[in-house]
Amino acid sequence: RRDARPSASLCLPQAIVWDEYLTGPFGLIAQYSLLKEHEVEKMFTLKPGRLPQADVKNIIFFVRPKLELMDIITDNVLREDRGRSPQRDFHILFVPRRSLLCEQWLKEQGVLGSFIHREQYSLDLIPFDGDLLSMESESAFKECYLESDQTSLYHAAKGLMTLQALYGTIPQIFGKGECARHVANMMIRMKREFPGSQNSVFPVFDTLLLLDRNVDLLTPLATQLTYEGLIDEIYGIQNTYVKLPPEKFAPKKQGEGGKDLPTEPKKLQLNSAEELYAEIRDKNFNAVGSVLSKKAKIISAAFEERHHAKTVGEIKQFVSQLPHMQAARSSLANHTSIAELIKDITTSEDFFDNLTVEQEFMSGIDTDKANNYIEDCIAQKHPLIKILRLVCLQSVCNSGLKQKVLDHYKREILQTYGYEHILTLNNLEKAGLLKPQTSGRNNYPTIRKTLRLWMDDVNEQNPNDISYVYSGYAPLSVRLAQLLARPGWRSIEEVLKMLPGPHFEERQQLPTGLQKKRQHGENRVTLVFFLGGVTYAEIAALRFLSQMEDGGTEYVIATTKLINGTSWIKSLMEKLEPAPF
Amino acid sequence: MSRARADEEEYWHSSKFRAFTFDDEDDELSQLKESKRAVNSLRDIVDDDDDDLERVSWSGEPVGSISWSIKETASSSTGSLESRDSSLQKGSSSYAAFPKQVSSYSLSSLFKGELPHTQCGQMALSDTGVKNYAPELRRPKAEYKDYSSDWSPKDTVRRMQRGKVCSLERFRSLQDKLVLLDEAVAGHDGNVITAVLIFLKRTLRREILFRELEVRQVALCHLIHFLKETGEQKLLLDLLRLCFFSLSLQLSQYREHLNIQDVEKRREFLKGCIGLPFSAEDISHIQDHYTLLERQIIIEANDRHLETAGQSEIFRKYPRKASILNMPLVTTLFYSCFYHYTEAEGTFSSPTNLKKTFKIPDKQYVLTALAARAKLRAWEDVDALFTTKNWLGYTKKKAPIGFHRVVEILQRNNAPVQVLQEYVRLVEDVETRLNLATKYKCHDVVIDTYRDLKDRIQLMAYKCKVERGSAEEEKINSILNNMVRN
Repeated sequence: RRDARPSASLCLPQAIVWDEYLTGPFGLIAQYSLLKEHEVEKMFTLKPGRLPQADVKNIIFFVRPKLELMDIITDNVLREDRGRSPQRDFHILFVPRRSLLCEQWLKEQGVLGSFIHREQYSLDLIPFDGDLLSMESESAFKECYLESDQTSLYHAAKGLMTLQALYGTIPQIFGKGECARHVANMMIRMKREFPGSQNSVFPVFDTLLLLDRNVDLLTPLATQLTYEGLIDEIYGIQNTYVKLPPEKFAPKKQGEGGKDLPTEPKKLQLNSAEELYAEIRDKNFNAVGSVLSKKAKIISAAFEERHHAKTVGEIKQFVSQLPHMQAARSSLANHTSIAELIKDITTSEDFFDNLTVEQEFMSGIDTDKANNYIEDCIAQKHPLIKILRLVCLQSVCNSGLKQKVLDHYKREILQTYGYEHILTLNNLEKAGLLKPQTSGRNNYPTIRKTLRLWMDDVNEQNPNDISYVYSGYAPLSVRLAQLLARPGWRSIEEVLKMLPGPHFEERQQLPTGLQKKRQHGENRVTLVFFLGGVTYAEIAALRFLSQMEDGGTEYVIATTKLINGTSWIKSLMEKLEPAPF
Repeated sequence: MSRARADEEEYWHSSKFRAFTFDDEDDELSQLKESKRAVNSLRDIVDDDDDDLERVSWSGEPVGSISWSIKETASSSTGSLESRDSSLQKGSSSYAAFPKQVSSYSLSSLFKGELPHTQCGQMALSDTGVKNYAPELRRPKAEYKDYSSDWSPKDTVRRMQRGKVCSLERFRSLQDKLVLLDEAVAGHDGNVITAVLIFLKRTLRREILFRELEVRQVALCHLIHFLKETGEQKLLLDLLRLCFFSLSLQLSQYREHLNIQDVEKRREFLKGCIGLPFSAEDISHIQDHYTLLERQIIIEANDRHLETAGQSEIFRKYPRKASILNMPLVTTLFYSCFYHYTEAEGTFSSPTNLKKTFKIPDKQYVLTALAARAKLRAWEDVDALFTTKNWLGYTKKKAPIGFHRVVEILQRNNAPVQVLQEYVRLVEDVETRLNLATKYKCHDVVIDTYRDLKDRIQLMAYKCKVERGSAEEEKINSILNNMVRN
């Protein structure tokens, strides 16, 4: 919904040195061709050593304000050949903000003066799809909950202000959680401080819902079972791109597969621009197969029609449709291959066992004792992240583990994976993901029942409830959004009190001319902002609610980062390899 | 608005001047001097009050010259920090893809292409108007020398949030400084909080700073993070020592061991950690960590010697792939089961000693030992692992992990069928037993199980799965015959 272009439109020959992490998000808003129009001659990725030769006057560093990156830049600058002519000019562009700390650091290294310009490019919210915005701030959750560093919330609030400037003041703000409260406060304050910013844009959004990730720690831990969710769980989607093992994309098949060497991973972009993907991305994986086979029939039938084309006119018409059909066919071939890859994994014994345990926990079975499957996985040294996901899931579904069980797990993990992981366990404990049951009471069953988090009769093919995205479990966060729209949070006051952080409502006054007169049958639009990350399955669930005929509410989603259980836990793990300097 | 702009320019001066020095003199000495000066005083960054030297822009022209001001105005008209932030909107349609005609100006103008045209209309308007008269617009230096003096802590923080530089020097009393810090914390902007903390760190006595931070957790976390990032170990450790009040901080001292490469030093460091006031539970883990590393150092020295000497058969046959240092406990146990299985309990490297010292549970121990011995194909050791004698001297097979797991592990290590079937037979659950036996082709077990179940039909069916004329077929036939007779 928001279109953005890079700010660096220098009109002199220039080279950009990219912080690799930024290339993904920037790729979403600007193509190389666009940069080329603005005289960008060369692009490099940031790495230590001497900068590559390039016949340009200006070198621009696009970086996040991180100290380790500053060290690399310092190295680059110091190795620059001073004698060469013409001398190259350096510039630095911080995304999303300049940081005093970084500049101070550069200064201490004695290179700050080498930069002619130091600027910032406030890329707050990056559009990922028609209904999805992300800040792609990887460490937001960790910073907020472990380091009490709420800078990312400040950025979120700023991003929201920008959004309001473009799409109108949002009259109603709801929120749940400590961070949500902070963001709302900051927004209100920012508005007060710039009274002139009262804009005259007709509001697009009716409601803003701010949700803390720590209100719903459960959802990201469970394995997502939508098509897109599974692609992300298994292969990891980075900035809408996914890299897949090439074997299934043999060159003989249609599509771009032919260009790749079979050893290189196949890279595909996934977004709603692809008709087929838009249709299947949010479906439960078990419902994807039938759609794919139906499509296959339609396409082959369409190709068959060439035999019936008799007259020149008919042939001409057929030929004119060919490009579209070819595209559909290659898209179908790609997704059939992806579905095959995923099916290999979802039908494996271990996937099944893992899912069974997850579902037992979420439906409240045996959450208060040490689980055999988890013990087995530890003994077989399965990846630590998998173990942590399961243990945390059990802890969350039991409002904390019994001290004895917790100690047992901790011991097993430390002995098998190394004592240094005590730091990671500590982080998880601090984030509330892994904890001893302190109150002696398990609130989860009450929450589960009141919010109907577990549905036994789930319809994966033709869903009638959001629980289809996890084949039984309805994501808590989305349930909160759903109940807010109807009948309102007042009905679940008790449960809201059991979840961490305050819940609140704020109103922002609109000038009388801009107040919406709702037509009958017109949908309300709610912006849901997940502070600390959101999963693809949650997005799918919200899209499902948007599409419900009698839903009455459409959702647009914003977040600090698109996450899955693995990437999320990883962001909370202590980096164990020693620092590079 | 113009005041803000002047201030903006002011900022560019202060940083520009230094930039100039750099570009012109690149001999290392002056650089060193410069950086030293920079290190010594943060003031230079934050200071409003520029040096009394002649103002020179980065292109080397004296400030105020016409060519200079054209560049300057161009840059400020295309969007100062102020305008960008105050408008709070930079957006879509308005992302100026910068028109070519601007290219006659210097880089600075184009660099700031993100000025939102529409939203800050007023601003842009006045700026455009100003463009032609730029030289006159410069304000006398004196005018912006003191305009900052009356900013409240709140305003100061606001300004800093907008990316502007302002002097913190005027916050002299402790009271003022603390108000400033609290304001910064209330603003939730880490960048500003850190800046204020750097100022406090420089201007307050350490004890006072630490004391005040103790009651300001958020600020404390920021300072710790800052010190971590900048690698000021000594101050960090001092701080940690003084402020032991939450679990999370205590562990950050322990965390330091990861940065120590040398094992001996690491061991010493861990030893030091034991004395720290961690929670009882953590202390036991850290104690174990220390003990383990201590062991590993001894074992490593010993085994490296053995290996190079080439005397020991096991090391000749199975050279070590990596050093055992810094490996997890279970890996160490595996290693010791592999290379030191038969050693007496008294030696540090014996598995039983490890088991005792670290109170390794039976299950864990058996699993590890089994995997290690199976890898060496030492089937007798495997057998011994599960054999227990009761007081009458009868032997009995028992496995704390369940025999189906034993079978899996053995199978993974390519155990021969004879060995495998012995354990498949011991699986208690009939269905699991049948499954495993069929899967791993332990025909004898399958046949015997069906016999015990008196399942003629299955037995007949199984006949086609064994080789023609083999002993197994014979056996099935004889059982079938017996069954008929009974």
